[in-house]
Amino acid sequence: MKSIIRNLLAAPALVLCLLASSTTVLGNEEAVLDTAPINLKDQASLQRGAKTFVNYCMNCHNASFMRYSHLTAIGLTEEQIKANLMFGTDKIGDTMVSALDPKDAKEWFGGLPPDLTLVARVRGSDWLYTFLRSFHRDDASPTGWNNTVFKNVGMPNPLHDLQGTQILTKAGEKEEHGHKIPIMKLAIDRAGTMNQTEYDLFVKDLVNYLTYMGEPARPARTQLGVLVLLFLVIAFFATLWLKNEYWKDVK
Amino acid sequence: MASIPKPISTSPIGGLPGKFLGWIDDRFPLTTLYKEHLGEYYAPKNFNLWYYFGSLALLILVMQIVTGIFLTMNYKPDAKFAFASVEYIMRDVSAGWLIRYMHSTGASMFFVVVYLHMMRGLMYGSYKKPRELLWVFGCMIYLALMAEAFFGYLLPWGQMSYWGAQVIINLFGAIPFIGEDLAVWIRGDYNIGDATLNRFFAFHVIAIPLVLLGLVAAHLTALHEVGSNNPDGIEIKKNIDPKSGHPRDGIPFHPYYTVKDLVGVVVFLGAFTAIIFFAPEMGGYFLEAANFIPADPLKTPAHIAPVWYFTPFYAMLRAVPSMFSSQFPGVAVMGGATLILFALPWLDRGKVRSVRYRGPIYKAFLTAFVVSFLILGYLGVVPTTVWGQLSFLGGVDSATLVARILTVVYFSFFILMPWYTKIDKEKAEPSQVTY
Repeated sequence: MKSIIRNLLAAPALVLCLLASSTTVLGNEEAVLDTAPINLKDQASLQRGAKTFVNYCMNCHNASFMRYSHLTAIGLTEEQIKANLMFGTDKIGDTMVSALDPKDAKEWFGGLPPDLTLVARVRGSDWLYTFLRSFHRDDASPTGWNNTVFKNVGMPNPLHDLQGTQILTKAGEKEEHGHKIPIMKLAIDRAGTMNQTEYDLFVKDLVNYLTYMGEPARPARTQLGVLVLLFLVIAFFATLWLKNEYWKDVK
Repeated sequence: MASIPKPISTSPIGGLPGKFLGWIDDRFPLTTLYKEHLGEYYAPKNFNLWYYFGSLALLILVMQIVTGIFLTMNYKPDAKFAFASVEYIMRDVSAGWLIRYMHSTGASMFFVVVYLHMMRGLMYGSYKKPRELLWVFGCMIYLALMAEAFFGYLLPWGQMSYWGAQVIINLFGAIPFIGEDLAVWIRGDYNIGDATLNRFFAFHVIAIPLVLLGLVAAHLTALHEVGSNNPDGIEIKKNIDPKSGHPRDGIPFHPYYTVKDLVGVVVFLGAFTAIIFFAPEMGGYFLEAANFIPADPLKTPAHIAPVWYFTPFYAMLRAVPSMFSSQFPGVAVMGGATLILFALPWLDRGKVRSVRYRGPIYKAFLTAFVVSFLILGYLGVVPTTVWGQLSFLGGVDSATLVARILTVVYFSFFILMPWYTKIDKEKAEPSQVTY
C-alpha cells in the first residue's frame, strides 16, 4: 500500500521534471543552436559586451528598462559610464534609449526594432549567440541579408565589418522521403577585421552582457539562494528533532 | 449600564497574565477558540505524507497575500505602464525581484499543493458523509483559485498575458446566444485593453481574495466541526476513551501536528526557494518566455499555451470537435470537468472511505483517472501535432485522439462511479487506525 502511495506521489513530480527539462516552449524553427559560453562573473567580458551594445546595438535598439546607473553592478564607476557609454543623455539614472527616430525606423526596417532589455529572457542566450553569427548575404531580401536562425529577418548584419560577409553554400546532399535535399553551410566570402575566433569571443561578450541585462538580479539571486538553502537544511534538522521529541509520547 | 461581574473564567496561567486572559475571555472566546481549533482539536494520529498539503496551502495563501500587497505598492494597472512597472519592480525596487518571484512561483506551487491536497481527498474518501460540505467548500476554493490565477496572469501585460486572456475570454464568447455580449461585459471593451486590465486588477487584488478568505474560513470551520478523516478512513470519534473523553486514536492538533507540519513547511520551502533562486522561470512553465515581450494586440504568438495548471482542461477543450461551427461543446466539456467534482460525495456508493479497503475496480478507476489527468496536462502544453498523424483515421492528430480517449476516461471516473463503487469487493475496515 505504502508503495502505491509513494508512486502516486512521485508521478506528478516526475511529470513536472519532464516538463521543466524540455525547453521547446517558444516553438522555434529547428535551427541547431550553439551553446553560448555565458559567465556572469566575468566582469571584463560584461564591460566589453556593454561597450559593444552601446556602440552597435543602440544605434537602432532600445533597452528602455535598463538604467545606465545599474552598470555599476558590472564593475564600472559612474564616471566611466558617463565618459564611455552615455551618448544620448547626461543623466545617469536614464534608461538606455537609442537616438533612432521611430518614424525613420518604420521606413527603413518596416517596423520598430524590438527592445533588447529582455531579449535574452525571450530568446535565450544560445539563440542570440547563434543568431548573431548566422547572418549571410541574400540578394532576394530587401536588406540584402538573411539569417539561418531567423528566416527573413528584417535586420541587416550590423557587425559585418568585423565578421566579414558570409554566404550560404551547398555542402552536400541528403536523401529524405526519396527527394534529394541540399545541405547548406555558412562560409566566409569576404573577410572582416576579425578572424572567426576573435569574432566568436566578441559575440560571446555581447551575449554575456545581454543575458546580464535581461535579469540584473541573477548574480544576487543565486548567491542568496545558497544561503537560504543552507539555513533550511539546518532548520530541517532542528524541526525534525522537535517533532520527534513531541511524538515520543504518541503510541 | 450593568457592571461586568468579576472574571469567572478559570485560566491555567496564574498571576497577572492569567487575570488578563480571564478579562479577555469574559469578552471574547479566546481560550475557547484556541481549545476548539488547536489545543483540544483531536486529529487522528495516523496522518501520512498526504496530510501536509492542507497546511501548506494555507501557508502559500498567506504568502501570496503578503507578497501581493508589496507588489501592489509598485505595480501600475495601466496598459501603458503595467509591463514597465513589473520590470521596475524586478530592477529598481529593493528585493523587488525576490517578492515578484515569490508571487509568481507561489501561484504555480499553490496549484501543485492544491492538486495533491485534492488527490488526498480522493484516495481516502475525505468527501464522504459527513464531510460533503467540506468537499464542496474545497471545490469552490479551487474554482476561486483558478479565477484568481486567470485574473492575475493578465497583470504583467506580456504577450502570453494578453493572448492567454484572449483565448479564455473567447471561451465565454462561444456560449450560444449570450456569448458575444458576455465577452464584451467581461472585457469592458470590444478588445482586451486598459479597461480589462483595470477590472482584472480589481478582481485579482480584492474581490477574489475576499471570496477565497471567506471560503477558506468556511472550509476550516466545516473541518473542525466534523473532524479530520485519516488514511484508514474510519471515524475516530466512534472510539472514545471513557477516562479522558477524547478519541483513543486522536491527538491534540497543537502541539503534535503544529510541530509535525513545521517539518513539512521547511521541506516545502526547500523546494520552493530552490525554484525561486535557481530556476524562477521553471523552464518556461512558471514564467513563460513570451511573457517577457510587452503585450501587442497586432502580433499573435506562434504557440499560445495556457499556464500548466490549466492545461488538462485546455487539452479537453481542444479534443472536443466543434459542432455547428461553434466551440461551445468543448467549452461545456471543460466547464463540466471542473463542476463534476462537486457531485463526488453523492456519486460514491462505496461503504468504506479509504483506498486501502476499496476493491480492485475502484483502484483501477482512480489510477486511470490520475493518469488521464496527468497526460491531458502534458498534451495541453504541446501542439496537437506532437505525436504525428494517424493515416488510417483520415489523418487525425494522434495526440487529439489520445486526448479524446482520456477525456472519456476522466468523465467515466465520475459518471460510472455509482455503479462501480456499488459492485466493488471492499475489504473490512479495522476498528482502530493503523499506526
